[in-house]
Amino acid sequence: VSAPVPNSQQAFSQMSTVQSLAASRSRAPHTSMFLRMLIRAAVLRRGRAASALFAMVVAAAVVTAMLNLYVDVQAKLQREFRNYGANIILVGKDGSSLPGDALSRVESTLAGRGIAAPFALVVARTGDGQPVVVAGTDFDRVRQLDRWWSVSNWPSVPHQALIGVRALGVVSPKNQAFDLSFQGRTIHLTPAGTVQTGAAEDSRVYLPLSDFISWTDIQPSTVEVAASGSPQEVAATMNQLAQALPTADVRPVRQIMEGEARVLGKTRSTLLAAAALIILTAALCVLSTLMGWVFDRRRDFAIMKALGASNRLLNGFFAAEAAGLGATGALIGFVLGIGIAAWIGRVNFHAAVVPRFTVLPVVLAGSMAVTLLSAILPISLLRRVQPAVILKGE
Amino acid sequence: MFVRLVYESFRRQQRRKLLAGVAITLGVTVTTAMIAVATDIGDKINRELRTIGANLIVTPQEDSLDVEIGGVNLKPPTDGAFLSESDLPKIKGTFWHNNITGFAPMLPVMVALEKNRKSQDVTLLGTYFAKPISFGKEEFTTGVRSTYPWWKVSGDWPEDSSRDVLLGERLAAQIAIKVGDEVTLSRRKLRVSGILSTGGSEDDQIVAPLALAQEILGKPGAVRRVYVSALTKPEDAFARRDPKSMSGPIYDRWYCSPYPQSIAYQLQEVIPHSHAEQIRQVAQNEGAVLTRIEGLIFLITLAALFASALAVSAAMATAIFERRAEVGLMKALGAGRLAVASVFFAEAALLALIGGLVGFATGGLLARQIGRSIFNSQIAIQPVLLPVILAIAVIVTFAGSAAAIRQAVRLDPVFALRGEL
Repeated sequence: VSAPVPNSQQAFSQMSTVQSLAASRSRAPHTSMFLRMLIRAAVLRRGRAASALFAMVVAAAVVTAMLNLYVDVQAKLQREFRNYGANIILVGKDGSSLPGDALSRVESTLAGRGIAAPFALVVARTGDGQPVVVAGTDFDRVRQLDRWWSVSNWPSVPHQALIGVRALGVVSPKNQAFDLSFQGRTIHLTPAGTVQTGAAEDSRVYLPLSDFISWTDIQPSTVEVAASGSPQEVAATMNQLAQALPTADVRPVRQIMEGEARVLGKTRSTLLAAAALIILTAALCVLSTLMGWVFDRRRDFAIMKALGASNRLLNGFFAAEAAGLGATGALIGFVLGIGIAAWIGRVNFHAAVVPRFTVLPVVLAGSMAVTLLSAILPISLLRRVQPAVILKGE
Repeated sequence: MFVRLVYESFRRQQRRKLLAGVAITLGVTVTTAMIAVATDIGDKINRELRTIGANLIVTPQEDSLDVEIGGVNLKPPTDGAFLSESDLPKIKGTFWHNNITGFAPMLPVMVALEKNRKSQDVTLLGTYFAKPISFGKEEFTTGVRSTYPWWKVSGDWPEDSSRDVLLGERLAAQIAIKVGDEVTLSRRKLRVSGILSTGGSEDDQIVAPLALAQEILGKPGAVRRVYVSALTKPEDAFARRDPKSMSGPIYDRWYCSPYPQSIAYQLQEVIPHSHAEQIRQVAQNEGAVLTRIEGLIFLITLAALFASALAVSAAMATAIFERRAEVGLMKALGAGRLAVASVFFAEAALLALIGGLVGFATGGLLARQIGRSIFNSQIAIQPVLLPVILAIAVIVTFAGSAAAIRQAVRLDPVFALRGEL
């Protein structure tokens, strides 16, 4: 063993490690020695231990963020897809109206898991006898359900109407007040604004539902529902709605549901592929750093072996060290990763990503596995070499 | 001497070079694959979003008001204006014809469905199913089968040239008609080739080839409206500007961007007497979904780049750290810091170039595999990316090695040779 060199702190401490190892073997219990070796190893080679820990933390953080996003992205995108509007439509069977309390029954069935808007439709005549489709609805609900409607000004008081851009020329070309008649009854309306959607809404006139019912005496025939959640949850909601309203025909809007399922599925697969690549890279990063670290300490290894440490003890020592590093890195990385996921959620989806603590055991187990692997691999190589050869530095 | 040092280092220390080389190759592979996926994901998701249906509608300019409730149009069928079927192939002649994935003309007519000597009025919708059309030298097939992928038929889709019809599933259940039966529509006996299920108003209607609907209406070549499915760019403030108020270059930029508005404008140009606009439910929302997914993949690509850079740095640092004895020897023989550093940097550059080339190739293959297995289409890798990727690989490798090289050249040769430190 080399003599202590004055300015070589580490060589000196190695010596002291050796001395204390010999001294304490007779007195202290075996376990406390083991712990002391672990702690001293971390403290004395602060720089390299820190760089190994850093690699571990970054890898664990990236993996946590990826897993968290992967779990959460479905819920986030499903919310985006609810902007497409209704995914369930309730209509009266055989064209009849729905019961008067249909909307409140739908609302109580949904219990906050979606938005519902009622629609009642008739064909009325304008002052000069032109037919036009008139709809009664609840504007506050439509505003939330059909966000793509481009509306110049929403009606706010009774007897104000929202007029489709194409219907405008027929009912109120000069934006004046107008009359509509249905089965001999007339209603006087003032235009509040126009609606443009590029679809059937453009040729209709919309009134507040209460005005519509008192004018025509017709209850809503359709309730459009945007139910939130996964496809299974939406299917369950449909079943509940069918039970709550036996006289209604509950139909899925297949166009929206199938498109949503496709896009979500593809996005998740892409994310999974990306996550696999990133996790692989992160594992490689940890592996190369830790292997370097362990190789670097082959002299410690040789000294312990020369002093008579058994292979089992050596394996245990390096494994415990690696496990400790893996666990510490994983925990710090987990917290950091949750932060990254939350930031991505805020920046990209304008909503918080809920921390998934179910991810923690996965990250922890993965980190420990990688660190153990990267410790055991060089040790099994070193074990074949004579301690004397290592100590001579060859 | 310098070249020999580098050459011998590669020949003799293959294990160490291998670890660093593998790290660089893997890092570049992941980087290339993620960049390729990220640049192409917008187009891929855009195509998936087209399964939600057409995003543009073309109607006659002077059309009378639709009086339509639940898919039943109450206005007289001959009322109002029509588009001409012969103008439709011109849709493929617009500036953005490659972005138009399909279109389907629609002609609803009222027919008398006779059953057990009772007659009821139902809507018959004339359209294309999968009609081959040619414009100039270009041949393509279009119709509801491509624009409305959620339409499901039990039985067979009718041929566009045949006189077969599809019956909506609710209508078929109501009048008890099966696939292969005959129905009498306005005194014509027609075969039902399949039962159609769409979840929409078509379930109460009859869908037939366009020519048959035109014959029943007595207006050959007439089309009431055309649904167009186009790949568009999310709308922004610039897209919403009125093209009439723009000056030359700005107008050109607007015209040559695939906004829903500019594609609608071009459709209006090629189809005479038409009015084209976006179907806001589809067009507006797909922009939002697309922006979110693109943003997500972009951020994840950044994370992948960061992880790769770190892995490369870590491997390089380890590789150099292991060679302190060599540094000691070089310095003991009189090599200056510059000479030692330049040997290491030359080695790093060589490793980065080799790893970069191999990684670029494997990354391209990986991206192709991802494209094929997830989207059933190619993700092409731009050759332009190669110099960029190589440059990134060299820079990251240099940055990763810099700290370790600095530490190595500062070593006192005595300690280094003794293996202490």
